[in-house]
Amino acid sequence: MTNLKPETLSRIDEVITHYPQRRSASLPLLHLVQEDQGYISAEAIEWIAAKLGLQPINIYELVTFYPMFRQKPVGRRHIKVCRTLSCAIMGGYRTCAEFQKQFGTGLGEVSPGGDVTVEFVECLASCGTAPVVMVDDELHEKVDTAMARQICDRIKAEGAAAH
Amino acid sequence: MPAPEQHRLIFRHIDEAGYTPALDCYVRNGGYEVLRKALQRKPEELVEEVKKSGLRGRGGAGFSCGLKWSLVDRKSGKPIYLVVNADESEPGTFKDRYIMHQDPHQLIEGIMITCFANKVERAFIYIRGEFPDGAKILEKAIAEARAAGFAGPNVLGSGYGCEVYVHRGAGAYICGEETGLIESLEGKRPYPRIKPPYFPAVLGLYQCPTIVNNVETLCHVKHIADMGGEAYAKIGTPNNTGTRILCVSGHVQRPGYFEFEVGKVTMGQLLNEVCGGPLPGRTFKAVIPGGSSAKVLRFGERYKGKRKVGADMVEYDWGVEDIPMDFDCLAMIGSMGGSGGVIVMDDSVSMVEALGNINAFYSHESCGQCTPCREGSIWMKKITARMVHGAARPEDGALLKSVADQIAGRTICAFGEACAWPTQSFIAKFGDEFRAYAQAKAAPRPANAPELV
Repeated sequence: MTNLKPETLSRIDEVITHYPQRRSASLPLLHLVQEDQGYISAEAIEWIAAKLGLQPINIYELVTFYPMFRQKPVGRRHIKVCRTLSCAIMGGYRTCAEFQKQFGTGLGEVSPGGDVTVEFVECLASCGTAPVVMVDDELHEKVDTAMARQICDRIKAEGAAAH
Repeated sequence: MPAPEQHRLIFRHIDEAGYTPALDCYVRNGGYEVLRKALQRKPEELVEEVKKSGLRGRGGAGFSCGLKWSLVDRKSGKPIYLVVNADESEPGTFKDRYIMHQDPHQLIEGIMITCFANKVERAFIYIRGEFPDGAKILEKAIAEARAAGFAGPNVLGSGYGCEVYVHRGAGAYICGEETGLIESLEGKRPYPRIKPPYFPAVLGLYQCPTIVNNVETLCHVKHIADMGGEAYAKIGTPNNTGTRILCVSGHVQRPGYFEFEVGKVTMGQLLNEVCGGPLPGRTFKAVIPGGSSAKVLRFGERYKGKRKVGADMVEYDWGVEDIPMDFDCLAMIGSMGGSGGVIVMDDSVSMVEALGNINAFYSHESCGQCTPCREGSIWMKKITARMVHGAARPEDGALLKSVADQIAGRTICAFGEACAWPTQSFIAKFGDEFRAYAQAKAAPRPANAPELV
């Protein structure tokens, strides 16, 4: 795959050295490629498999199993709302509905205009500050509908500034 | 009786003003001194200290840590691995998050002592994918520790060397199961392995002897090496030694994490005093005491029986509020201490809907390897979802129970029990609510009642 950043390529080569068996580097490589490209393409699956001396199916079966890997791009920001019990009883469903309403989008879709993808995910292990939401890599705690709107406004402003 | 004071051993520096994850801060607070002293002892002595401490694993099963270590095959000639279970995926549990984000070197010191004691030369921290910052903090901390000679080759000039690596998961709950975690670390789907023969202590990572310990457990090892196993065993209660971090979430005034001597605080003290009681105008209805797989407890029910206190058998007659928060008492009353995640629900919550939420979790997370779990978890989800969004029938509770009863005990790993126990206990404790759900649905909902399914 010729379009991976040089930094990604060097991190890939380094991470393989952590393991006595190359196959162990499958998940790290998938993470690195997804961070670089935004998603895991069919080409990426073949490339990772070849890099680790595996068959493409050995990588494909991971992409289809592990929830964090995706085969399609997401919106510019990826909003993951915790759906599990502690967050739900503190209003997680309302929070999720607010994000969808603000961007006029359904769950798991790229919003019109491409600003976000809103998703429900399972427990994020921050149940004491429920409901919690991750926007890409950053955790937001106690996200009620008012705070959800603030987050949305910020994301919309960023999007407008980029155009 | 007022609640005892917290005993902050592991969480001593959590949320302390000015305390940072940096190495110099840790060293300024006496960090890595225990490792320095441990390296001057024989590894076998350190294993002995952990055995004497009575430490039980803090990940969920509560298995004796010393016994786990003593089962490791040391004669195979193969390398021994340590795998740190930092998957923290049991709903309701959020303790390891704070250790790794705020005090990563405490974990690394615990890892290095454990590795030295067990002659491990390569350790992996398997951290859940949803902790990207945690992974970066740990990687930075390992690099700092390595540069300062606390990890890597020739630790503190002792001639002993051990490399520690961070490995990120990718969102699958089943990776918290130790053999599933090992498969995942080998780069495969995390299908749990069958035991026997695949006991990690003998045939673990790369078919080599492997120790899998939880993050909090390894932090306790540091303190055991520091104070000695006997002194540690004096903290807590017999067979439930040391301190334990309890994570409280849901409908209390002050949710959060609290570290107490094991068994010294009761559920009532924890929820009413430490966490400030129910939200205004509400009353407690149910509590799940040890992560979402643990069997639910209903406020108002009584638990009676006999238990051993010292040398005597003593009768007990407890309400939920009277239960001491330790492994043995929670097991005795039919639930478990599990991972320490306490989820509280008040009278605004419909138990049918709460179970629907839990069932959706387990059907999403079943790895699909064993038919009873794969199919059963999906049917339990479908039935509860239909009760909530479609027609609810009085016999649905019995139907749910019959599905759950066919899962537990029929699967390769404990996920079968984990997904069956919520349904079994919700139906046992709140059967009336399931029978009358159709009428309850037609009535107005309590103000602000949350949507759960």
